[in-house]
Amino acid sequence: MLGVFWAVLRRDLLLAFRQRGVLVHHLLFFVLVVALFPLGTRAEGAILVAVSPALIWMAVLLAALLSLQRLFRPDYEDGTLEQYLLSPEPLAVIALAKVTAYWLASGLIFVVASPLLVLLLGVPAHAVGVIMLSLLLGTPTLGLVGGIGTALTLSLPRAGLLLSLLIFPLYVPVLIFGAGAMQAVIAGLPAAGALYLLGALLALGVTAAPWAIAAALKISLE
Amino acid sequence: MAKSAFMRWFHRFGSLPYFYGVSVPIARALAVPGVLLAAWGVYAGLVLAPADYQQGDAFRIIYIHVPSAWLSMFGYTSMAVAGVVALVWRLKLAEIYIVAAAPIGASFTFLALATGSIWGKPMWGTWWVWDARLTSELILLFLYLGVIALHNAIESPRTAARACALLSVVGVINVPIIHYSVEWWNTLHQGPTITRFDRPAMDLDMLWPLLSAALGFTLIFGWLTLWGMRVQLLWRERRSRWVGRMLENSR
Repeated sequence: MLGVFWAVLRRDLLLAFRQRGVLVHHLLFFVLVVALFPLGTRAEGAILVAVSPALIWMAVLLAALLSLQRLFRPDYEDGTLEQYLLSPEPLAVIALAKVTAYWLASGLIFVVASPLLVLLLGVPAHAVGVIMLSLLLGTPTLGLVGGIGTALTLSLPRAGLLLSLLIFPLYVPVLIFGAGAMQAVIAGLPAAGALYLLGALLALGVTAAPWAIAAALKISLE
Repeated sequence: MAKSAFMRWFHRFGSLPYFYGVSVPIARALAVPGVLLAAWGVYAGLVLAPADYQQGDAFRIIYIHVPSAWLSMFGYTSMAVAGVVALVWRLKLAEIYIVAAAPIGASFTFLALATGSIWGKPMWGTWWVWDARLTSELILLFLYLGVIALHNAIESPRTAARACALLSVVGVINVPIIHYSVEWWNTLHQGPTITRFDRPAMDLDMLWPLLSAALGFTLIFGWLTLWGMRVQLLWRERRSRWVGRMLENSR
């Protein structure tokens, strides 16, 4: 079981890093959303700092929505997914491996890029550590929950807008606690509570979401 | 033995032609008391019940608002229960229930939000506040719309219904998490503090119409859902022999 996890993880990461351009696109999208936002305001320091938690997390949600559409699609199109379904290995483990690879390839990059962007928005430097930690705990949950929605809409060629309707309501807790941790640390308050809750959501996601993704894949390929 | 009798009933009820036949008397049994109870409840609430000593006549909107809010939650929970049944036992009726109940539940959710904001304007002085309960209700509406949109998007009715079943189960796990996270967010924000009036224990003259309206609207919900199920069923089984035979007989 662990064997198949590592094998799928390795394969997906290899595929992802052979297409480095796509990874850079995610990063550029994230940077552009955050960088264009101040142009729409009067770019006063206090306003930007105040909205920065919402801005960073909305940019992450939108980037996740765009990248999630590629989570199962290539495997669906070339038939690999059917082979996964036919194999005796548990589909939930394969799903977890695929989401892990997805997160390592396109989720982790937000964590790495976030310090630069929040400093650009004028957020004090002491807050950067907590912000990175909140993204580190929150973005995998986005991949796990989003994986369910992607798996359900797999048979639809252009599911982007529908996918947002399916998964954004489910993202509310992550948005609240992720942005909550950022707001708390910017305001000089303890952010541990929000971080713990993000961790709890991640734990729930890791335990429950792979099974839901597996069930959704089975429905979509029926 | 009792179990086997139950299972026999379960399978017979799961048979689609049988269900289609008995759905008419069941729908009638729901519709008649439902409409009567709802009509009496709304009439008694709007006309007979005394005005509230603080809110005056404005409070009377609860005779629509509370049943709608109750049904918005009841509807989604029942869809999730049907979702589990559909996924575990592959019962077609449960799949059809989800598809039929979603638009009706969404309508009641919208009604609850609309009446709430109409009430909020004179009472709170604003159409909308980002209060925990309001926000969770709004997200519940989006969850309903997601189920409806997913069903519309997937062409094969079987796949669409099963996908909706899974989505409503996933959604119902999230509803309490969303509710508590929104509550936590609201307390963190300390927005403009709007204190709900400490509701005095309700007078019986006000309470009975409310209960009657709630029960009546619930029966109406069941009635409408049942009719929606009949339509879904006919459409899905339109190529089967029993539907053809039945339509020929009724001609």
